[in-house]
Amino acid sequence: MSISFTLDGREVEARAGETIWQVARREGVEIPHLCYSPAPGYRADGNCRACMVEVEGERVLAPSCLRRPSPGMKVATDSARSKAARAMVMELLLADQPPREAAHDPDSKFWRWADKLGVTESRFPARHAPAPDVSHPAMAVQLDACIHCGLCVRACREVQVNDVIGMGRRGHHAKIVFDLDDPMGHSTCVACGECVQACPTGALMPSSVLDKEGRKSREPDRSVDSLCPYCGVGCQLTYQIEGNKILQVDGRDGPANHNRLCVKGRFGFDYVAHPQRLTRPLIRKPDVPKDADDFVDPSDPSTHFREATWDEALDVAAAGLRTIRDTFGGRALAGFGSAKGSNEEAYLFQKLVRTGFGGNNVDHCTRLCHASSVAALIETIGSGAVTAPFSECVHSDVIVVIGANPTVNHPVAATFIKGAARRGAKLVVIDPRGQGLSRHATHHLRFKPGSDVALLNALIHVIIEEGLYDRAYVDRFTSGFEELRARTFAFSPEKMAPVCGVDASTLREVARLYGRARSALIFWGMGISQHVHGTDNARCLIALALLCGQVGRPGSGLHPLRGQNNVQGASDAGLIPMFLPDYHRTNDPAAHADFEKYWGVNLDPEPGLTVVEIMAAILRGSIRGMYIMGENPAMSDPDARHAREALAKLDHLVVQEIFLTETARHADVILPSTAFPEKTGTFTNTDRRVQIGRAALQPPGDARQDWWIVRDLARRLGLGWNYEHPSEIYEELRGCMPSIRGISWGRLEREGAVTYPCPSESDPGHELIFAEGFPTPTGRGKLVPAEVSPPDELPDDAYPMVLTTGRLLEHWHTGSMTRRATVLDRIEPEAAVHVAPADLRRLGANPGDRLRVSTRRGSIELAARSDRDVPPGLIFIPFCFAEAAANLLTNPALDPFGKIPEFKFCAAKVEATGAG
Amino acid sequence: MPAFEPVLTRNFAVPDSQTLRAYESRGGYQASRKAITEMDPDKVVQIVKDSELRGRGGAGFPCGLKWSFLPKDRQETFMCVNGDESEPATFNNRLLIERDPHQFIEGILISCFATKAATAYVYLRFEYIHAFRIMERAIAEAREAGHLGKNIYGSGFDLEIYCHRGAGAYICGEETGLIESLEGKRGWPRIKPPFPAIEGAFRKPTVVNNVETLACVPHIIERGADWFKSIGTPKSYGPKLYCVSGHVNKQVCVELPLGVTTRELIEDHAGGVWKGRKVKATVPGGISMGVMSADEMDVKLDFEDIKKTGCLGLGTAAVTVMDDQTSMVDYLYNTSRFFAHESCGQCTPCREGTGWMYKIFKRIKAGGGRLEDLDVLTMMANNMGLTPGTTICGLADGAAWPVKNVLAKFRPELEEYIKKNQSSKPLVTPLQKAIAAGTVAEPVALGGRVYPAPQPALRSPGGS
Repeated sequence: MSISFTLDGREVEARAGETIWQVARREGVEIPHLCYSPAPGYRADGNCRACMVEVEGERVLAPSCLRRPSPGMKVATDSARSKAARAMVMELLLADQPPREAAHDPDSKFWRWADKLGVTESRFPARHAPAPDVSHPAMAVQLDACIHCGLCVRACREVQVNDVIGMGRRGHHAKIVFDLDDPMGHSTCVACGECVQACPTGALMPSSVLDKEGRKSREPDRSVDSLCPYCGVGCQLTYQIEGNKILQVDGRDGPANHNRLCVKGRFGFDYVAHPQRLTRPLIRKPDVPKDADDFVDPSDPSTHFREATWDEALDVAAAGLRTIRDTFGGRALAGFGSAKGSNEEAYLFQKLVRTGFGGNNVDHCTRLCHASSVAALIETIGSGAVTAPFSECVHSDVIVVIGANPTVNHPVAATFIKGAARRGAKLVVIDPRGQGLSRHATHHLRFKPGSDVALLNALIHVIIEEGLYDRAYVDRFTSGFEELRARTFAFSPEKMAPVCGVDASTLREVARLYGRARSALIFWGMGISQHVHGTDNARCLIALALLCGQVGRPGSGLHPLRGQNNVQGASDAGLIPMFLPDYHRTNDPAAHADFEKYWGVNLDPEPGLTVVEIMAAILRGSIRGMYIMGENPAMSDPDARHAREALAKLDHLVVQEIFLTETARHADVILPSTAFPEKTGTFTNTDRRVQIGRAALQPPGDARQDWWIVRDLARRLGLGWNYEHPSEIYEELRGCMPSIRGISWGRLEREGAVTYPCPSESDPGHELIFAEGFPTPTGRGKLVPAEVSPPDELPDDAYPMVLTTGRLLEHWHTGSMTRRATVLDRIEPEAAVHVAPADLRRLGANPGDRLRVSTRRGSIELAARSDRDVPPGLIFIPFCFAEAAANLLTNPALDPFGKIPEFKFCAAKVEATGAG
Repeated sequence: MPAFEPVLTRNFAVPDSQTLRAYESRGGYQASRKAITEMDPDKVVQIVKDSELRGRGGAGFPCGLKWSFLPKDRQETFMCVNGDESEPATFNNRLLIERDPHQFIEGILISCFATKAATAYVYLRFEYIHAFRIMERAIAEAREAGHLGKNIYGSGFDLEIYCHRGAGAYICGEETGLIESLEGKRGWPRIKPPFPAIEGAFRKPTVVNNVETLACVPHIIERGADWFKSIGTPKSYGPKLYCVSGHVNKQVCVELPLGVTTRELIEDHAGGVWKGRKVKATVPGGISMGVMSADEMDVKLDFEDIKKTGCLGLGTAAVTVMDDQTSMVDYLYNTSRFFAHESCGQCTPCREGTGWMYKIFKRIKAGGGRLEDLDVLTMMANNMGLTPGTTICGLADGAAWPVKNVLAKFRPELEEYIKKNQSSKPLVTPLQKAIAAGTVAEPVALGGRVYPAPQPALRSPGGS
């Protein structure tokens, strides 16, 4: 409902909820503002008093950023009183500022307003300039420019919900503080940079643009709207570029991130310009034998490789693959694509394997992350994607986060979860380790590692036995209820409490909380999927949601948090051994026929092998050649030593990479390709949102676009491909994927992001799906009971501890990008094992000491880190550190359905080796 | 006018006056029983409205009117009693609580009944630990005796009173600052509207009243609105506790009808100015109200007359007397230091303005003043606070008023001081200051900018 009022003598309309400031902006009336930011998520605070306007008949001036007009109100934005008040505010603030010529950011919002208001000097004496704080590798804090507007406080506490920045002291001594007035670099700051983006004065700035005196010395000469290359959240951002270098990154108002970014997305980009980038094709020297333990210095590959021209390298690469194909058949070759590549690259790569190699041995890292979740989802609800975007949690009553650590792995998604919890949603965190969300949780169930099914079955038991399930929904949209009821009957919380280590009353309380919620959303991650019972874990979660009808409505759903920026898209495009694009089974006769026709070649109907199976097949001798694009199995596969042996055993290995990774050491040909900011393509985030990333930089040296390399290799394998631009590849993919039929390349260029399913160009796309049944043959979701099965390798006397692995906030996966990003590697420079303080004491070690961690598969040495979030008996090692690769230790035992290895549980032994 | 008989302080001299037994023996809790068992809440509100009781906390807002702003369809109401009493030289609330806590509790009880509040929070100044303990004991006694708790007097009305101690911030005496602090947040006043009556503590309709205001309520119920209006001056009815401090022979808190003069207070109740000196100036009601000159000692200290002197208002009616040897520069230095320390730091004009005023006075006092400083100060004083409308709360008005009043009433003295006190020595350096204060100086601050030395080039003191 709109109302009308008078603004500077003009009759204007205010829409519902609009403030005077917003109406004025719409009407083209400029009102100064410093502490107010029109960016999404920023509450107006009204403290700077620069936007004061006069309301006729009111004693005091009103802050226009907060005041909503009432009908008939007469507002003057430039009355003598409000002008005097504003001039006074600017003069008072100006007094403290460094002089314009020495300003940290002479073009800040503050200086622009000072210019507009014509306030250039102050009659008041300046206070002492606080010392600059340059303790943080990425950001400089120079509070002499601070005007105490509190935007950074709101950025930190309300937008990103990190609660690090606060306003300390009082009155004239008021000061922005980090934690308890610690230097920024020593505080609990997670370096999301939201405050830097919000600061209107230059008091908080990225160090990358500053000179030694702390002044802005570098200006971008152009900007490119693109995406973040890291996690599955799919943040939109803008690269600010100077020459061919990314100077600064700003968050953009994308549907997934609303301007927010995390430390990786904001400060993790200089890996692109790292001197170790591969710039020329490399061919293995003939006299250098392959060895599993071989080491190649990424700065100097000349010990093992020689440079070659593209023609020569591609000829050698293709010849090796062709020989194996023609001698041993297509199934003797395999390919690993990458979830970091675009949809076009994924599609092209799997098409090359299926049509050029002639088999289905194509897979990528989804096998190592959500393969079991996808197996369970397809089995039960007929679709492997999320049913609701993560931002839907702002509408939830109850949010369950299990086996996921979003503040580290999906930081921007976590801001929505934390924000929802702060507004009153009940947050249940289920994880053996403590984590960033625990502080916001109403319940944190720290259960025994590996006892997931026992715990979840107990919740299901309570929901069924106490009649908390949605009968109407179960009757209408599900099948298998009676069997589920019978099979979970024995799992009472009282019986399961000793198994999972959570007391029965808490289990009942949580089950009731979920069962009675009006809307509830379940998030899960690798803690659920990376187990030998990963598929069973996911089945339980799906059963919970189906029982309570928590699918398809606002605030409800199932959301496996996808890891890589394009793991959804790569899977959709068919970069998996058993599915053609759009999840058509390779052995489904109809789909097989369709794709033979679409691609014009004969296809192998037999599903191919998965990641870990391919490694085993190499060692068996049935696979002899591989093409790996952007994957690093030598670091990421379980029992990595075994994987390295397999890679070294290959007769022919072609690796397409931006760095000489641990995998590339074993290559015969290395093809230098492009990093994310150098390429244009489409990427599908965890929400099923297809977004467009745009090339911002020129690739270094002779590095080429990945699609170009795949195409030219394909031509040498006898395929007559003529693609000239990613858009042509995308349109071909769209032609075989009905779910994105309405999302044309042109539409993406215009709109930036569209969520599938989207059947036509005029369709806005669908975020919430499955309100009315599921894409299964019966239209019903299947309730599949799960039996308790123990982890594959239980602790014993020789290996008494449990080892679990995962990631750090600052480092991405195997670290090939982030270990080469200056800021990120400065924050987390050293491999460390996280140990419970009590265990560390028992070992007689101090934080920082060297520890040797061993399992039946290997042994590594790394620094000890005391971590209260780790329960006694458990140790946690991030797998990003090449110098102490956690995956040399992990267990390759597979989940029988998803074929995902058990990264999250194996028996280990820890010994102190002396002070570090 | 018949001799005034004390009302609020009538039990102060009774032995064990803080006990329930003593209070009940003097007729205590009769008014609350009468209100709760015989009247309905609206009737109580009407009586208080009719009595024209005005808030004793400082602003003098009509109490009954404030209560009637509560939304009619409210589900839950909170009562917050402002016992933060942080205005310098004010100590009447402390005496009311320490000497007669049950009178106060009875006032809360009736007021909560009238406003349908089932929970009352008494926000006490941090330093009032003694009063806090007395209140805790008195609340326990009253609950034991059935004056608090569930189903009071069988009426179905419930009330719990909780005492909350502040943490030593002046700004938490501002009603919305108080509410934020009570909620466990930083004591930053809220932007109004919405006013507390609509959205107060925990975002629920809330009444905020001063201790003395509520202490008047039982007497109004007992003796009627007409009795109350028979005391005091037009528009300022009822008894009032005046505090007198400063350069007098006897610092007192005395209960008198509203409308006495400063002269009466000093001569009849405070034993005259000390050391046989004369009055130079008086502060009428807490330092935020401004200052009156010796010529204004016959102005009635009530809600209306005092405004004729250019003061902000009656405030807390805590009169501070300054003798004729007091320097107004010292006075301003002290007040400005107080407000610079107590500004919450939220609004620019107040955070920056109070700080700069203090710095300017410090410089003037140290012998570095310039005549044009006085114009800058006037301009600043006129531009900060609720009166020019530039801030969220009234703290900045309190900081501005002493400056405005002194510049209007004592400007020649300031000019003379500036002219006579021009220090030839350089001003204190930041390092010297840090050493004196025993703090660790920031190296950059030392190497960076320092106070500018006085610049005679502008306009020489004593010159043309």
